[in-house]
Amino acid sequence: MTKVLMDGNSAIAEAAIRAGCQCYFGYPITPQNELTEYMALNLSRRKGCAFVQAESEVAAINMVYGASVAGARAMTSSSSPGISLKQEGISYLAACELPAVIVNMQRGGPGLGSISAAQSDYFQATRGGGHGDYRTIVLGPSSVQELADMTMRAFDLADKYKIPVIILGDGVLGQMKEPVEFKREAPTVLAVREGSLRGAKGRPSRIIKTFTSNPSELEEINWSLFRRYTLIKKEETTFETFLTEDARLVVVAFGIAARIAKGAIKNLRAEGLKVGLMRPITLWPFPDEPLKEMAKTIKQYLVFEMNMGQMLEDVQLALAGQGEVAFYGRPGGVIPNPSEVARVIARLYYQKGLK
Amino acid sequence: MKAVYKYPKSLKRAPFHYCPGCGHSVAHRLTCEVIDEMGLQERVIGIPPPGCSVFAYNYFDVDMAESAHGRGAAVATGIKRAYPESVVFTYQGDGDLAGIGTAETIHAANRGENITTIFINNAVYGMTGGQMAPTTLRGMKTTTTPYGRDHILEGHPIRMSEILALLDGVAYIERVAVNSPANIRKAKKAIAKAFQVQLDGSGFSMVEILSPCPTNWKMTPIKSWQWIDEEMTKVFPLGVYKDVTEKKVAD
Repeated sequence: MTKVLMDGNSAIAEAAIRAGCQCYFGYPITPQNELTEYMALNLSRRKGCAFVQAESEVAAINMVYGASVAGARAMTSSSSPGISLKQEGISYLAACELPAVIVNMQRGGPGLGSISAAQSDYFQATRGGGHGDYRTIVLGPSSVQELADMTMRAFDLADKYKIPVIILGDGVLGQMKEPVEFKREAPTVLAVREGSLRGAKGRPSRIIKTFTSNPSELEEINWSLFRRYTLIKKEETTFETFLTEDARLVVVAFGIAARIAKGAIKNLRAEGLKVGLMRPITLWPFPDEPLKEMAKTIKQYLVFEMNMGQMLEDVQLALAGQGEVAFYGRPGGVIPNPSEVARVIARLYYQKGLK
Repeated sequence: MKAVYKYPKSLKRAPFHYCPGCGHSVAHRLTCEVIDEMGLQERVIGIPPPGCSVFAYNYFDVDMAESAHGRGAAVATGIKRAYPESVVFTYQGDGDLAGIGTAETIHAANRGENITTIFINNAVYGMTGGQMAPTTLRGMKTTTTPYGRDHILEGHPIRMSEILALLDGVAYIERVAVNSPANIRKAKKAIAKAFQVQLDGSGFSMVEILSPCPTNWKMTPIKSWQWIDEEMTKVFPLGVYKDVTEKKVAD
């Protein structure tokens, strides 16, 4: 396998094609257009595949729903304001237990916001996002290589658990170029998922639906979804730790913020500060058990996010008062550099007398 | 002996939940008869909408996937693009197709998606209790136009067949009614034609069906049949609005 230099958005698209993505539906929005354009160039004329530039984000996600109904690996991508529009469809996908991959290259909000990278859609992504009681698997990549790997993992997880999977990236990850290696070749035959609608030939007709006039039936549907969520939490929770063994302070950060924090931590380690990083990779399911375990020995935490403190709440819930949690955030699309974050970590470190 | 009545194979033997005099049951049956006669039961994927016909999947014995309100044409696009061998139809009401789903409808039609739409126009939101629809006639009283639809305040009835017929991706559009035996026979022919257009890969096809809603119109079933002839067809004239297959013959 050779590495190629590629921007994050294009890397997702290439990885998706290699993961057997058959259908892509999208709508232009910055900072993720390279993904849509890559699909237009490389998927739209591919045998058995389909690409549609939809009339809206709402239409795009409902096309994904249709393609998933028909048993295809399908995806859409967008950025924050567009992801808000997709929530209707994501709720239906979750309710109908249909796999799909949705990429959110986050930008600053609220409203139209900015086109600069942000992490302010964490709540929306990890709490379901649309109406109703449901969750989606949420992956938080922090490099172009991870974007490629996680895209492949996202399709596998979506099929395995019949669930929409969200890749929660950001404008920096989408735009920056890094060497990337694709660990799979595109399949020659596209698989059709079991239980899909392809016409009732040689079997009874099937229905894919969400509506029921019987609340007890719907309650059981909710319970069955949450039984599966429990399984996902048990089987699929992933995270990374960096220099935490002897750490007196651990920074908890995800995605590009974790990458920035890692730079800060490397510099601080060189100065002799015992600091480490805990990086949730699955943002839902959130790695609360590992954090709880860590809190037995490490008491000081700093949550760093490019928002006003969203994952912060998950960290607080996980620690349940066992450790002390501080927060540093830059909202609105401001991207702090490692030296800024290092100053914040160092200040807390000395303030708390951890030296 | 010649059979004069047969239960359609693709219509499940379940009693309809529709109100007495409602046009949905007739439209369902006609669609099922066409599916049977064209031998499509094993290829069809139907897309019912939210609304009175959300339970269409309880009656159609074909694969069916419920769509979000108004998104039928987008869902149909996804299915058809993923599996072009399928025969896909959406079944949509006027609020669904001409209100919340106008964008999806127009753009699927304009892309020339090879799908068929059965559009039930009864000029009201039925299941929610008779509110004004985009197709509500001027002067018509509904629960949200209690003084009668005043076009100055509430706008005009929208004519979707006429609008869609302007689009290059559209192959066939006909407006029919299910308010008399003669019209019901014409409606069936239109539905069959719309499916044939899809099978031929000619583009988007739609049959708009003027359909009685006696409950929300607050009329007897017979009066509601008459009202379609006397009032509704003045605003929504019956007929073929586009037929590219006819053009080919004329060339």
